Amino acid sequence: MPITYTSQEQVEVYRFSAPAAILIPLTALFLQAFLPLRLHFFSIFDLPLLVVIFFAVARRSQVSGLLTGAVIGLLQDSLTHHPIGVYGIAKTVVGFGASSLGVRLDVENLGARVLVTLFFYVVHEFVYFLVARGLVGLTLEWSWGHELGSAFANAILAAIIFTLLDRFKLRA
Amino acid sequence: MENFLSRYRNVSILVAVLFAQVLGLAVQVKRSTENESTRLIRVWTVSAVSPLEKAIVWFQSGTSNLWHGYVYLRGVRQENRELKDEIEKLRLERVRLVDDAEQARRLQALLGFKEQYISKTTAAQVIGSSGSEQSRSIFIDKGSSQGLDKDMPVITADGVIGRVLKVYPSVSQVLLINDQTSGVGAILEQSRLQGILRGTPAGEVILEKVMSDETVQPGEKVLTSGGDQIFPKGLPIGTVSKVSAGPEVFLNIRVRPATNLSKLEEVLVITRKEERTAAVAETAPARAVDILSQRLPSVPDKPRESPVTAAGKANSALNQTAGSAATAATQGATAPIKTQKVAPVPMTPKPNAAQLATEAVPAPKVPPGAEGAKKPAVDDSIPSTPASVKPAMAQKATPPAVKVSQQTTKAVDSPPKPKPQQQPAVTPAPPEDKPQ
Repeated sequence: MPITYTSQEQVEVYRFSAPAAILIPLTALFLQAFLPLRLHFFSIFDLPLLVVIFFAVARRSQVSGLLTGAVIGLLQDSLTHHPIGVYGIAKTVVGFGASSLGVRLDVENLGARVLVTLFFYVVHEFVYFLVARGLVGLTLEWSWGHELGSAFANAILAAIIFTLLDRFKLRA
Repeated sequence: MENFLSRYRNVSILVAVLFAQVLGLAVQVKRSTENESTRLIRVWTVSAVSPLEKAIVWFQSGTSNLWHGYVYLRGVRQENRELKDEIEKLRLERVRLVDDAEQARRLQALLGFKEQYISKTTAAQVIGSSGSEQSRSIFIDKGSSQGLDKDMPVITADGVIGRVLKVYPSVSQVLLINDQTSGVGAILEQSRLQGILRGTPAGEVILEKVMSDETVQPGEKVLTSGGDQIFPKGLPIGTVSKVSAGPEVFLNIRVRPATNLSKLEEVLVITRKEERTAAVAETAPARAVDILSQRLPSVPDKPRESPVTAAGKANSALNQTAGSAATAATQGATAPIKTQKVAPVPMTPKPNAAQLATEAVPAPKVPPGAEGAKKPAVDDSIPSTPASVKPAMAQKATPPAVKVSQQTTKAVDSPPKPKPQQQPAVTPAPPEDKPQ
């Protein structure tokens, strides 16, 4: 299977039903808020980010990707006590980037999904770090060890979750 | 221009969306976050997420209660026995502590100190978190409709966990003490050094602003100082775990929180605090001679005698009455104390266990319980000052003791054990003289 496309005809675009498009991000947000209370280690995962990457890659539309990222990010912001927009900006960038990549690369196979998630997790954390530190004035520490560890953990979780979410895909 | 926008449509939209968000952030950051009204998007998200969280927590606790309350009862009898033993030990300990507390209260009264009492708490269940490592906050299942308000302290039986940050109708957001934006006025229990307790980005808790020339030992307890006007004084926060040289002239003191902040299930929100003087003592001027006369032992009542014998002893009785009248006259001249009979002032009767249980505790250690578990009310039955201090100001002193709800009283139901008293007590003053 080719990993790059030679023409736009080969690109397979997916869409999602309205309930899926609404309920999947909400479920991700809910689990993100609820599970760390019971399973403390779960706070290293970022389920809303995985959903943003999944939607962006499947839809292969930059506008759709960035808007999905912005909405999910803003909703995630509203559960924190920080100003609204920090996650919003980071996930907007990730949504745009992931959908841009989805247009050019085949990200349907397992290896590509792991790599894409790994890459965009680090991008997300970096943008969040810049915005939170530069615009909001939060004191954050950048630790490569922690970030890469979290990125790997999220990439592995993404491989599992994306397989589950594939069931909700509809051919456009 | 039009051509440019159509050519770079996607990038233009990206820039526009990012710009809008940056602008929104800038506006929020510029405004004072303290007076910030709750954004509609927050209300929407919390309203969408919290019902599901509440439902799951309700189902989970219901199942757990059913299992542990009716099915899995292994070892309960043994545990019950151990708990009863512990209660006995605690009763004894409590009697000792109440003595100390009484003494402290008297001293505070003499110095005019004001004390904060936790007079009402609301139990709440933790239903969710922010889901972010950078925002250490939790959501609880009580909100403004249950009387919660911003900046109310939130505690557990082990100690302080944070304060209410945002209040929604049926949910509230609590900022934990290990968040980097939180701050708690703290004091070290032994060395009495004060500082500010803050969270770090990594979720640790540190005590700041303690000068490096001070000596702080690991293991020392950290309590709330009350200086932040949010947390009542004396609540446990944690224990010093590590001390090292910090930036500038301050020590870097790491604190291990008393409560495990990552495993919170039930919390107490302090919904009402009361600040009042420990015991308002209206010291009426009294002369030494009066005090001494009050301390002199009186003749105890004797059984009825025949009229003849009574007449034979009339003289002695007359003497005593005269003495009493004289004393009463001097008292009348100095202070309006209405005693009908002068008798030795008794030792302060030791409150029995039931009374002890009803006594409100100043801030520290509040056991988890239902709403209003410690409701203070002035209790006239427990005098505040012992014999040694009492005569000078006793008869009009306002007793500081505090009554609590019936519920707590029932918990300790030992029979009253009055301490042996010297003599029958002073004839109680008429009700109108009793302080309110």
